Amino acid sequence: MAAQNFKHALFCAVITLVISYPILGLNLVAEGTSVGLEGATTGTVINVFLAAVAVFLFQLFRDNIMGIFGKVPNLNPLPKRGPVSQERRMLMERVFFVAIILFALLWPFIVSRGAVDLATLVLIYIMLALGLNVVVGLAGLLDLGYVAFYAVGAYTFALLSQYFGVSFWLALPIGALLAALFGFVLGFPVLRLRGDYLAIVTLGFGEIIRILLNNWTSLTGGPNGIGGIPDPTLFGMEFGRRVKEEGNVSFHETFGIAYSGEHKVIFLYLIALVLAIFTLLVIRRFMRMPVGRAWEALREDEIAARSLGLSRTAVKLSAFTIGAFFAGFAGTVFASKQGFISPESFVFLESAIILAIVVLGGMGSQVGVILAAIAVTILPELAREFSEYRMLIFGAAMVLMMVWRPQGLLPMRRIQIELKEQG
Amino acid sequence: MLVLENVHTHYGKIEALHGVSVEVKKGEIVSLIGANGAGKTTLLMTVCGNPQASSGRVLLEGRDITRDPTSQIMRSGIAIVPEGRRVFSGLTVEENLHMGGFFNTKAEIRKSQDHVYELFPRLKEREQQRAGTMSGGEQQMLAIGRALMSKPRMIILDEPSLGLAPIVIQQIFEIIGQLREEGITVFLVEQNAHQALNLADRGYVLETGRIRLHDTGKNLLANPDVRNAYLGG
Ligand SMILES: Nc1ncnc2c1ncn2[C@@H]1O[C@H](COP(=O)(O)OP(=O)(O)OP(=O)(O)O)[C@@H](O)[C@H]1O
Ligand SMILES: [Mg+2]
Repeated sequence: MAAQNFKHALFCAVITLVISYPILGLNLVAEGTSVGLEGATTGTVINVFLAAVAVFLFQLFRDNIMGIFGKVPNLNPLPKRGPVSQERRMLMERVFFVAIILFALLWPFIVSRGAVDLATLVLIYIMLALGLNVVVGLAGLLDLGYVAFYAVGAYTFALLSQYFGVSFWLALPIGALLAALFGFVLGFPVLRLRGDYLAIVTLGFGEIIRILLNNWTSLTGGPNGIGGIPDPTLFGMEFGRRVKEEGNVSFHETFGIAYSGEHKVIFLYLIALVLAIFTLLVIRRFMRMPVGRAWEALREDEIAARSLGLSRTAVKLSAFTIGAFFAGFAGTVFASKQGFISPESFVFLESAIILAIVVLGGMGSQVGVILAAIAVTILPELAREFSEYRMLIFGAAMVLMMVWRPQGLLPMRRIQIELKEQG
Repeated sequence: MLVLENVHTHYGKIEALHGVSVEVKKGEIVSLIGANGAGKTTLLMTVCGNPQASSGRVLLEGRDITRDPTSQIMRSGIAIVPEGRRVFSGLTVEENLHMGGFFNTKAEIRKSQDHVYELFPRLKEREQQRAGTMSGGEQQMLAIGRALMSKPRMIILDEPSLGLAPIVIQQIFEIIGQLREEGITVFLVEQNAHQALNLADRGYVLETGRIRLHDTGKNLLANPDVRNAYLGG
């Protein structure tokens, strides 16, 4: 046992040396026209060596260390709670939604401009996560390229406003519908795929959209992105200091108040809030409709669902399309908030973060997803000082979640549908 | 009611059914027996259009359904209890039943549900239980109940006795007999040849993708070949 551990530990340490020395130690340096190789500094060599020793010690005493780690589940602050009755749960959910919406309405008037801006971002993520929740949480289709639909929404608005001067309010439905159309079209080839294959194809689709945006320079400006995206207006009132569009008036002049940059931020926040609530309500409605039950049935057992006459095509396509629709929504708001977008905003990491929100929140549960969206967006901001360790903390949080609550913060409990007497 | 004419079915290049002809008449119970891998499940799935027959025809009430999509076939008065039950384990008993009546009106669902609870009082007791936590026998009852929710004129059962205790099997077969009384045509696939043939009006014996024998249930039970191969001598 000990001898075996020793051999294994030695092997791991050597591997650490062999891998990390060239990666961390060796540098390519340009010497005039040729490229030369530079050896490691003493400091790096010492660090690499220390790392190897650490690996060696860890592997040697692995059993003891993992024994301690095995106790981690007992420290679980989120143990499994007993089931709550349906009426109670529905009531709690309703109270939660009302409370959080009231709080969200007051928020912009009690905090700084930066905090309102951040809250707008949270709302955008809530929309995205609620949309992805339909695809992943309810229909059980693992979509790793969700950010593509977000990009479609954002770019639709940016391009329409750049080339045709289309306003936010007109671009909002167009962006969402176009994203939905993309979802529908992507749905076809992936219908037959399941699990890993589906994940890879959607991942590829996300990358294709990003690369297309990056390289179609004549239309999208490529990596330079598109700027000057207009802010939303309120019944033709603009929020800038000076009116940009002819025929519009400015908000502060109409109401005879002093101009303040905050008005715009707050207005955008309120729009995002309204849209997020709209998203929440529409998806809740869908969940209670037959199509919502069909998504779940297909996720639970595809063969059984099909044996009952459900069409796999229709059910999957509807989930994809509806999910994409709300990503398009979020994209339009995002473009308006930033005023500038580039393909960099739509990298794979975004898809991963949205997916992480859905998983952390508890697949399928809307309350959980909202809480997780708030946590995942705000915590990194609070921990600004540790920004280098952001991904590390994120990863650790995910691991702990999987140990403590693999089903997510608030796993979904489905609503039971009561049949009403006909009459 | 259901007619298969010289049906060939392929999985990729492999042919699983080599020209099978079967007929199930209205109001009958027809049993199909055969060893593991004979192609029984394949035959039923071919009726459902998944996979589709590569040649030959499948007729349901005189209408050619060979090339119809599965979802359409399953909505035309036929229901299947798939092999291995396949209840929706995360849903409650009641929700499972409601899924079975997906395309019916609420009033119809209510009526079928009451009827299913009459057939299986056990399901009524467990209305709010997650299907995944029920015993195998209860799950089988639920699978049959779910299939009945769409008020089918014909029901197809794939090995309903699989993994169940004799007493439960007995109950299930009684229910199947009762379905015939109600005028539902039954097409039954079984390993449990004795009970299946006893109950059946007619029976077919499938061997490696071909129909070997075809007779009344009684005659098949008496047939020495069948006794040797499927009834343990
Ligand atoms: N999806 C599939 N892909 C490829 N071959 C398959 C597939 N399903 C079944 N087969 C093959 O078709 C043949 C018939 O299988 P089938 O499942 O119809 O048998 P069965 O009579 O139902 O057996 P059992 O009593 O064990 O359920 C077998 O040789 C099986 O390996
Ligand atoms: Mg079988």
